[in-house]
Parts: sequence; structure tokens; C-alpha cells
Amino acid sequence: MTLEISGLCSDYGSKKILKDVSIAPVAGGEFVGLIGPNASGKSTLFKSIAGAVKATDGVISLDGRDLRRASRGQRSKVVAYMPQSYGCNAVLTVFECVLLALKQMTGWRVKQDDLQRVSNVLHALGLSHLADRGISKLSGGQAQMVSVAQTLVREPRLVLLDEPTSALDLHHQLSILSTIRAFMRNRNMIVIAALHDLNLAAQFCDRLVLIKEGEVLADGKPEKVLALKEIDETYRVMTNLEKTSRDTLYVDARLSA
Amino acid sequence: MPDAVSSLGSSIRAIFKIFHSERSIMSFSPDKLGNADEIGATTETYKNAAIQAGYRRQLRRRYLTLLGVAVLLCVSFVFDVSNGPGNFPLSIVIETLLDPQAHGIKLEVIIWDYRLPIAITAVLVGAILALAGAQMQTVLNNPLAEPFTLGVSSAASFGAALAIVVGWSIVPNLGPLLVTFNAFIFALLTCIFILVATRIKGVGTETMILFGIAIFFAFNAALAMMQYMASEDELARIVFWMMGSLSRASWEKISLGAILLSLALPYSFYRTWQLTALRMGDDTAISLGIDVARLRVEMLIVISLLAATAVAFVGTVGFVGLVGPHIARLIVGEDQRFFIPLSALVGALTLSLTSIISKMITPGIIYPIGIITALIGVPVFISLILSTRKERLS
Repeated sequence: MTLEISGLCSDYGSKKILKDVSIAPVAGGEFVGLIGPNASGKSTLFKSIAGAVKATDGVISLDGRDLRRASRGQRSKVVAYMPQSYGCNAVLTVFECVLLALKQMTGWRVKQDDLQRVSNVLHALGLSHLADRGISKLSGGQAQMVSVAQTLVREPRLVLLDEPTSALDLHHQLSILSTIRAFMRNRNMIVIAALHDLNLAAQFCDRLVLIKEGEVLADGKPEKVLALKEIDETYRVMTNLEKTSRDTLYVDARLSA
Repeated sequence: MPDAVSSLGSSIRAIFKIFHSERSIMSFSPDKLGNADEIGATTETYKNAAIQAGYRRQLRRRYLTLLGVAVLLCVSFVFDVSNGPGNFPLSIVIETLLDPQAHGIKLEVIIWDYRLPIAITAVLVGAILALAGAQMQTVLNNPLAEPFTLGVSSAASFGAALAIVVGWSIVPNLGPLLVTFNAFIFALLTCIFILVATRIKGVGTETMILFGIAIFFAFNAALAMMQYMASEDELARIVFWMMGSLSRASWEKISLGAILLSLALPYSFYRTWQLTALRMGDDTAISLGIDVARLRVEMLIVISLLAATAVAFVGTVGFVGLVGPHIARLIVGEDQRFFIPLSALVGALTLSLTSIISKMITPGIIYPIGIITALIGVPVFISLILSTRKERLS
């Protein structure tokens, strides 16, 4: 179970967004954090891998299978991409929302197994009590958790999460990332998550990829990447990487003068 | 006959309230099995079982709702056939329905050639309009979308007026079907125009709606021009056509409509999960592996055929395409497995009831159905919206 991405290019209109993006092969069970400032190409990279945006050049292969040649249907069975969500006005319950995500890949009829998988995921993410709640009645954070549930319920090989914690409070940021990590380790899945909070990224990711203006600047262990001077240049801040008493990394950042 | 009208309005409300009581169909309670710790089961298995049981209960209620509305529709249909000048007893009407010759040629003609086509057309066109409306609302992500708001109805009216005044049609030598066919072609061309323009420019759903409104005004102006040029007799025909009437019903039109509906419904069912996912927004739908652009085009082709056919058959009947899906959404939500059939059933029921009312207001006169849907339907609809809002707030 490996994901290989090399020489990936992608355009938006006439503008080149991704320029020759390559990252070291990702193994099953690995949690990769994608970091970089706004508009650096993180979402486009995800969309290109998921097939929502057509890559113009490069290789994306999962287990030796060329994803760029796979049909939309085949690709969506192995890759699940969670876009940045802004809620929706659908008249559907949380249970139905998660079920509909699963039903895109199983047959028309709803079977007992479908119901079991949906309720398992809701339980794992602590959403059981919201199962009958209307999706449009949820808070931003709850809606984001439902998006994560929609992604995980499909048990794909590769999960791409675009800022999965942006609307969550501190407790839920930690709990959802822990849940995702436990979930993917159990199933030997690959997770790539775009994260803005470098401390969260340091705490949960096995590896970090720093991207700026569509180019990969660094790729490696969090303690290595976060200590690079490229971090300061990319984010236009001054950082200090410290180790806390609990042996976790802490990025101390302030605006550069 | 205002009493009958108001009592009918309140009975529709009562029916709606039964289905909508405590929002029971939209919501289910995972806690109904009792407390997990008391039972002693592991919390996870218990909660999962409770959630699944709740979902199944919800499904059962929805199937019952569909069945209930279908039964109401049957009752309304029989009542529609039995109602009209002549005041024949219900038993005689039903016997004639079962055996055309049972009560002589006069009754056979009245029931089979006159009342039955009208009653079936009401059901059929109501279902088609509501189905088209439901899918427009889903595909364009806008609760105001329906054949009327996208300019399809006004295009059809213009096509009809063109046939009436100038006698011109895209396909020549159609004889009595000229007006209907012209209306159909213009409605269809409008849909195709919207489709192609949006496909080429790749514009979003909001722009499509704005486009539809622009077309609506353009055709209304062209229609006014036709009316200005028309003779008195032609003007009367145009106005009558535009009012929307079931009296143009015929068995040929019914079979065409039935064929169309029997193709469109299964196709919609085939796409239900994708359509449901579309309600989560384009980004989510795309991320779930759905080819959103293609789905939208496919559905718009189906919608175009449905809307153009319905409008060509009965003229401008606004509101049914709006109210059917809206009521269905309030009752079962937007799981398209239930939303689509219930929209069609509610649309059919609405037009069937309207057909009854149009005969009851002044005995011996059948009022154009387009007037009735708006006059009686709108107040009922508004009160429904207001009452559900209040319930939700409290």
C-alpha cells in the first residue's frame, strides 16, 4: 500500500497552480500533513489526486495503479476527498447525509450492512446523538464532523482532508484528529490532511509536506520540517521550534519585524 | 360555493398536519429503547441498534405517507369523475367506469369521453409538473425553480399564440394539434437554449435562474406583441390558452404523457442517490465521485421534456410545480427515494382537487384550472408555511 506522486502539474484556466509536485512515497498507515499558506495549491493538489481537477502532467499511483487513468467511479472507490465545507441547506438528517455518501459506492438498495457502517462511523466520531438532526440545523463544527463521517464511512484506501479542523473547538480538534488517526491505523489507510495549525500538525502527523505557490519546499518528519528556515519565509513570520515538558513540539510564532 | 372551497382548504391542512405531526416523519429518536446502562448491553452496540431502529421506523412512516397520499389521490380521482353536470350517483359512475355499457351510451360518453380524460389529465399533468419542479429545484439548488420561473411556460404561451395568430408552426400540416405542438416546441427550445448556453459558458446555477427570468420577460413581451396584433377572436383563444385548462384533454395526449412519465420516473429513481448527494453542494457531490455537470445536463433534458409536455397539454398552470415539491420536502425531507414520488403524488393530488373545485364553484361551468390553482392554492400554501414555521419555532 503506497501512494506515489511525482511531477504533478495542474492548471486553473491559464494559470499554473501546481508546478512539478513530487512527494516521497507514502506508506499505508501514514498520516501526512500538508502545510502552507492560503492559496498555495493545497486544495488543487487534493482535487488533482481525487480527480475533481484534471492534472496536466505527472504521476499519481496508488499500489502501482495509475490513478490518472482510472475512471471517476473507480477512483472514487479508493480515494475519498473531503472538501472545505461551508454547510448546506439540504433537508436531510445527519444519518441520511452519511448514508448517501456510502450509497455512491454500494448498490441502490439500502442493506443492513450499510446501516451498520453508517452507525459505526457516527459512533466513532461521537455523532450518534445527532443522527436524527437536520444537517442545516447543525453548527459549523458539527457540520464539519459530518463531512469527516461522509469521508470515513466509505473506508477508502486514501483519505484527503482539506482543513478538517477549521471550524472545530480545541476539544474537537484534538478528538477528531485522534479518531481519524486510530481509524486509519486500524485499516492501514493513508491520510493526507491540509492543516493550518502547525502545532496540531506537529502533534498528529508522521510527516509534513510544506507547499508554497504550487511547489514543494520541504518533505519530512515534523521536527525536521518545522525547524527549517523555509517555514519562516513561507509564512512570513518568525518561529522557534521548542520541545514541551511532555515531549511534544511547539511552534512559537510571531510576526516578523 | 365558497363554503365547499374553504372546507376543502381546511381539510388539506388537516391532512397535512396528520403527516406532519411533531415533525414525526423527519425525525426519529435514538433514545426510545431506554437507557443503555439499564439494559446492560455495551453502549456501542446498543446505540448503533437504536439508531438503526430509528431510521427503519422513519422509513416505514415514509412508506405509509406515500401510501396515504396515493389513497387520497384515488379518492380525489373518483370524486372528480363523479362530479359534474348531471349529478349522477357515485354508484352509477363507478359501475360505468368498470363497465362502459352498464348504463347506456349517454353515460358512457359523459364518463369515458368527457370526464375521465379530464380527471386523468389532472392527475398526470399534476404529477409531471411537480416532478419537473422537484428536479429543477434539486438540480438548480433553488427552491423557487419550476417550469414557470424558468420561462418555459411563457415560451409555450408564445408558441401557442404564434400558432393561433399567424398559423405558423415549425412543423407544417399539423391540423388540430398545431397549437399544442408549437407550444411544446417553444418550451423545449427554451430549455435547450438555457442548457446549451450554460454548457458553453459553464455558468453556475444562479446564472441559470437569472437566465430563465430574462427569457420569461422576453417571451412575455413577445406574447404581448402577439396579443396586440391578434383579432378579437384570436385574442380570446390566446387568453383562454394561457389560463390553463383541463378541457383540452384527450386520450392521445394522456397516452403521450403517461409514456413520458413512465420513462422519467424510473430514470429519476435510477439517479436518486446522486441527486440526493447533489443537495450537499457541488463540491461534496464531486468529491463523492459524481460527474455533476453531466448529471445536471441529463436531468435538465428530462425536466425539459416533462415541463414542455405538461405546459403544451394544459397551458400555463403555475404553482403546482412549486407546491408539490415544497410540501413533499416538508413531509419527507430530501431523500430523493421519497421526495421524488411524493412530489409527484402531491402535485397530482393538488391538480385533481383543483379540478373538482373548478367544477363546484358554479355548477355547470368549469373554470380554467390555472386560475383556481393560484386563487385557492396560494392562501392554503402560505398558511401551511406559516403554521410549520411556528411549530418549528415553538
